[in-house]
Parts: sequence; C-alpha cells; structure tokens
Amino acid sequence: MTPEELHELAQAHLEADKKLSHCLFVCGAAACLAARSDAVIEAFQAAVKARGLEESVAVKNAGCMGLCALGPLVRVEPAGVLYQQVTPEDAGAILDGLGGPPVERLVCPTDVPFYQRQFNIVLENSGHIDSESLDDYVARGGYAALAKALTAMTPGQVVDEVTTSGLRGRGGGGYRTGLKWSTVAKAPGQKKYVICNADEGDPGAFMDRSVLESDPHRVLEGMAIAAYAVGANEGYIYVRAEYPLAIKRLADAIRKAQRAGVLGNAIMGTTFSFQVDLRLGAGAFVCGEETALISSIEGKRGTPRPRPPYPAEFGLWGRPTLINNVETFANVPAIVRNGGHWFASIGTEKSAGTKVFALAGRVVNTGLIEVPMGITLREIIYDIGGGIPEGRKFKAVQTGGPSGGCIPQQYLDMPVDYESLAQVGSIMGSGGMIVMDETSCMVDVARFFMDFCRTESCGRCVPCRVGTTHMHTLLTRITDGSATLDDLALLEELCEMVKQTSLCGLGQTAPNPVISTLRYFRDEYLAHIVEKRCPAGVCRMTRAPKEVAV
Amino acid sequence: MAWKATDIRGVDVEAQETPALSEQTVSEIRALFDRYPTRQAVLLPALHLAQAQIGYLPPKALLEIAGLLELAPAQVLDVVTFYEMYWRQPKGRKLIQVCRSMSCELCGQVGLLDAIKAKLGIEEGQTTPDGQFTLIAVECLAACDKAPVVLVNETLHEKVAVKDLDEILKPE
Ligand SMILES: Cc1cc2nc3c(=O)[nH]c(=O)nc-3n(C[C@H](O)[C@H](O)[C@H](O)COP(=O)(O)O)c2cc1C
Ligand code: FES
Repeated sequence: MTPEELHELAQAHLEADKKLSHCLFVCGAAACLAARSDAVIEAFQAAVKARGLEESVAVKNAGCMGLCALGPLVRVEPAGVLYQQVTPEDAGAILDGLGGPPVERLVCPTDVPFYQRQFNIVLENSGHIDSESLDDYVARGGYAALAKALTAMTPGQVVDEVTTSGLRGRGGGGYRTGLKWSTVAKAPGQKKYVICNADEGDPGAFMDRSVLESDPHRVLEGMAIAAYAVGANEGYIYVRAEYPLAIKRLADAIRKAQRAGVLGNAIMGTTFSFQVDLRLGAGAFVCGEETALISSIEGKRGTPRPRPPYPAEFGLWGRPTLINNVETFANVPAIVRNGGHWFASIGTEKSAGTKVFALAGRVVNTGLIEVPMGITLREIIYDIGGGIPEGRKFKAVQTGGPSGGCIPQQYLDMPVDYESLAQVGSIMGSGGMIVMDETSCMVDVARFFMDFCRTESCGRCVPCRVGTTHMHTLLTRITDGSATLDDLALLEELCEMVKQTSLCGLGQTAPNPVISTLRYFRDEYLAHIVEKRCPAGVCRMTRAPKEVAV
Repeated sequence: MAWKATDIRGVDVEAQETPALSEQTVSEIRALFDRYPTRQAVLLPALHLAQAQIGYLPPKALLEIAGLLELAPAQVLDVVTFYEMYWRQPKGRKLIQVCRSMSCELCGQVGLLDAIKAKLGIEEGQTTPDGQFTLIAVECLAACDKAPVVLVNETLHEKVAVKDLDEILKPE
C-alpha cells in the first residue's frame, strides 16, 4: 500500500461509514469481556438481523472506554451516547430507541469530571474503533504518521521531532526518548533491533494491556517509525504470557499490517523494511528489566546484567538495540503527525504530554485514565476517581508499584510529574495508582511489596536476594507483634544497603515502599512495635507478648 | 544424557519408546529456526509449544527439545526452572490462579484464598487427588479495578466473593 492508497482507503472507509445511520461500539477489552460483553455483542448482532437493519446499523467490537467498573459499556455514534452495564436483554430496547431519545435507565453520563478532566493521546482511539480492524485505525489517521516519516522526513528529522516533543519513557525510568533514539541511531553497525517492552509486571498496572487490546496498530506504527529513525529492520514485542487477549490481538494486527504493506518488506512502496515478531514471557517479573528481557529473547534465564554497556550500544545478540515501553511507542504516531512542539505544549515543562494511569484500590471510579502531566493527585482521586467509597477517609496513594512509595494526604495538591513524585519519595513508575483509606495498614502494605520483591528477585546478586528476604522477615515480625526497636533500626540500615548495592533496578528500588511509609507513617510502625497494636486493625499481632510493657 | 529421568509414575523415561513431542510440535519448533540467529533463541517458544501439547514439561520432552536445539540438557533445565509458567509436574484440568497482589488484597482476597483452600482441601501449589484442580497464587493479573480476581484457565472471574466459589469451582 502506497501513501496515496492509504489515504484512499481512509476516505473510502469514512464514506462507507457515512452510509450507516448508526454505529454501535461494544467494549471488548478484558474488563468488559469478563462482564460478558461478548454476549452483548452477539445479542446486538442478532437483534440487528432480526430487524433487518444490516445496511444501516453496524455493531463493532471496540476497545476500552475507561469506566471499566461500569461495564459492559456501549457507545452509540453519531449520537455519542454511552450506555453502562448493558446486558444482552437490553439490545432490543437500545436498537428500537435509535434516532429517538436514549434509553434513560442505561445512560452513562459523559459530561462528568471523569471524562472532562481527561486528555487522550495514547487512548484517543480506544473505544472509537474496532480494535481488530486495520481499516478503522486507518480511517482515524492511522499509519499516516508512518507515511509522513517515510516519505517526507529523514531519519534524523524523526529523531529531532521526538527530541523536541520532550517525550520521556513511560516504562518507569522516565529517560528522554529522543536521546535514547539518537544514541541508537548513532551507534555503529548495520544490524540494529527495536524492542517493545510489553512485560507489564508491576502489581497494580494494566495500562499497557489495555492499549495493546484496544489499539494494537498504534504500537506497531510507533515501532515502525522508531525503526526507521534508528536504522533497524527487525523488531520484537515481548509480551506477558498472562495476557492472552492482548497476544491474540497483536498477532492478528501484525498479520493484517503485513498484508496491507504497512509492515514487512518495502513498506508503502519505499525501500524501508521492518519485520515484527511476537515473543511471550513465561512468568518472571524481572524480565521487564531491559537487559533481562534481552537475555530472555536470546533463550536464556532472564537475569539482568550490569550496565553499561547499555542496550543502545550492546543489546540483543550484541547489536545496538532500542527498547521502549508500549505507552512510549503509542505516543509516537501523534508526535510525528502533529509535531514535537504540539506535544511539548501539553503537560509541564519537564514532563511533556499525558500519562495513562491505572486507578484502583479504595476509590469509587476504578479504571484506566489518561491525564495531562501536572494535574494534581486530588483532581485524579476526587474529580476523576470520585473519591473514597463508603464515606471513608483517604490515607495514602501508592504510585510506582513495588519500586514506588506511598504519598500521604498533605501532598494531594502536588502536581503529578516525574520530579514532584520523586521529591516526595515515590516515582511515576509505569502508571499504577492504588488508593488506600483508613482501613489499610501501612506496615502491612510495605510488607506486602517486600514479599513481592523477595519472590521476584532473580537471585543473581546478594544484596537483593538476601536483603529482601531479611527485610521481609523484619516486616513480618513488626506485623505479628514480635519486633523490637532494634529490629526497626536494622530494617532502616538494610534499606540503605540494598538500595545502594543491588545490581538492577529491582533491588535498588525494593526498599522504596518501606522508606516512604517510614517517612510518613512512622507512628504506625511504632504503634506495632511499642504498643503491640495495629492502628488500622489489619495485623493480627498473633505473636505479641502477653504482658506488654508500654 | 545428563540426568536420569523418571516420569510421574516412576517409569524410566529413556526406556519409553514413543517420543514425548508430537510430530506437529516438532515441526512447529523447527519452523522457528530461521527466525533467529541462534538455536537457543527458540528455547522459550519451544517450551511453550511443548507445554501446550502435553500440559506440562516432562523430562523426556526437555531432553527432546535439548536435542532439537543442540543445547546441553542442563541449559534447558536451567531456563525451565527460572520461569514460573513452565510446569514440570502435571497440573489439574483447571488451573485456579488467585491474584495475591495489592489491590486484590485490599479488596478481600485473603479470605477468598482461604475459602478456596478449604473447599478444595489443598494448599497453594497442590493438585486435588482427582486431577480436577490445581491452585496457585499469582501476582497482579492486571484487572485491579475489578478486585479481587481469580483466573481459571483462560477465564477471568472478577469481584469474586466467597459465595461465588460454588459456581467458579464447578468440576467439569
Ligand atoms: C525490575 C524491573 C522491571 C521492569 N519492568 C518493566 C516493564 O514491565 N515494562 C516496561 O516497559 N519497563 C520495565 N522496566 C524498565 C525497563 O528496564 C526499561 O527502562 C524500559 O523498558 C525502557 O522503556 P522506556 O524508556 O520507554 O520507559 C523495568 C525495570 C526494572 C528494573
Ligand atoms: S492486584 Fe489483583 S489484578 Fe491487579
């Protein structure tokens, strides 16, 4: 397919859609699917047929629409009405009401802060296209950015555009994407690789899964643009094997893109070729770390190695390798299409663009949100999230998963950007955001994440392997009431040691949840140790001495 | 042969005549050879294919894969033991995976796991004697907004309560 044909396809598709009177998008992403949205789709298809409306009404299987807690969601275009908690039995009523007023009892209001405070780049197509349709993606401007890059820009110009945009890695580290691309572009050698990190392993994170399920072509287009910019012809997507639906959609998208000539050999009639291969993980969190991931693709144990050399210079099979996160790649087509300055104008000076967060825990509206950087935590939790359920009190929000920290009440008005989060002892991380209320015990939370790090430590370096186990033992002692103040001192010492001496990011950041809870909730630790009491009433204190000396 | 292997019934695998890998699995593995610069790179996909065919990875299958990929059996075992998703024991017809991560714990997973254990009469990592169920606790299944969740084979059950267990744990 040449760029002209691409344009024609987009036009033809838009024309065809104009002939329809209505289009129904039923969310087919994992959360709604689990709420039986597949049965809803079937019911709609049957109802359309029964009414002989095949010519004028299309039923499409679309991607995530955000409010997963109210699924299955159905959007009716062009009216723009959103229905919530739709059952197969509702299909008839919705169809019969088309053209008239919406079915009141099912309407999900969209003029609420949940939608109005959001700004969609990565999720712009999510819920607006059939995620399995290449044509739908193209009709919404898909692959036009790749066409623009290949025909109107040099690789160097593409790198410059990404640099101008100020985009930073969304996989956790926040490294400048433009800088990484230019390092790989400059690295000597004919053979280079591009890898998409879709190993999303942070507990509490489900952004990447949703992007892959809802808009897989977006990630492929981003990768192809990156490959052109850095001079690579082969790419890998390393995806968590626990995501069967994302894997299916990706494999299907790759096949369709190759058939359409927007991926594979001589893309869009140019001399540029780019092959993409899908690789499945096998259940090891540490494989999300870039050097471990590379080792896993090579067919070895997924253990990290010391850096430098960085993958940009010495990566897959020793070749220069660009490795970026799913969400990072998903931003690229929009940057190339609208320009780096456009992207840089969104968000804050040092943290440009938007961030997708997975909002979960003790908050009313759980689900996926995309917000401009610099928004405050309060806006996210109260305006978009709808606050804490059951009239309970907010206690802390955990960002960055096992590498991050807990942010207390007093920082709710802080802007969400890389630097501010780091300042208060947490990190942006990959985008998990877990809200906790007064019923959560902060020591137990710390113990919880340490348990995760202890089991996921690959065992290659001693500080991480032994240190996380030791810290976990100490935290368990605190939560069962058998710890002393000496144990607390030892815990603090270990935090410092493991942080300073571990080989990879897993160990280096493992103490963060402990450090941050000690910083803001030290009184809870002391209540456990000195008074043998869990203020939140979570820990059972089974091993507390009978006679308590207060 | 680097190690002497017996299968689950204690039968010496080298004495068994029929190969563990089906012809189709072998040809699917071979089809991957051209995709990578090394044979070793085929190891993880090959293990996934073998497991999909057999349900787990018996020693004999590992030896056959080692032979196909020209690797030492120790290299294969080294990789198999590293990754959690490779099973070296047969698992039940239904694999019950209970999420034990943060959001699920905040939303009531603890009582749920205990209830499942009591109902099936097994601990984490065990299989019921009739071979119906294997129970494991896993890290975040990326459905935290619907916590607590339980994955049964490829079906995700969300917002699971103890009262739902009869339905979820129906034997086949
Ligand atoms: C223990 C560990 C786990 C990681 N897991 C992931 C992951 O699941 N997904 C991801 O994109 N990056 C993960 N990273 C970060 C990667 O090493 C790497 O920085 C990232 O893929 C680079 O992409 P970006 O610049 O686009 O963020 C992890 C790092 C560490 C130390
Ligand atoms: S914490 Fe259970 S699905 Fe994420």
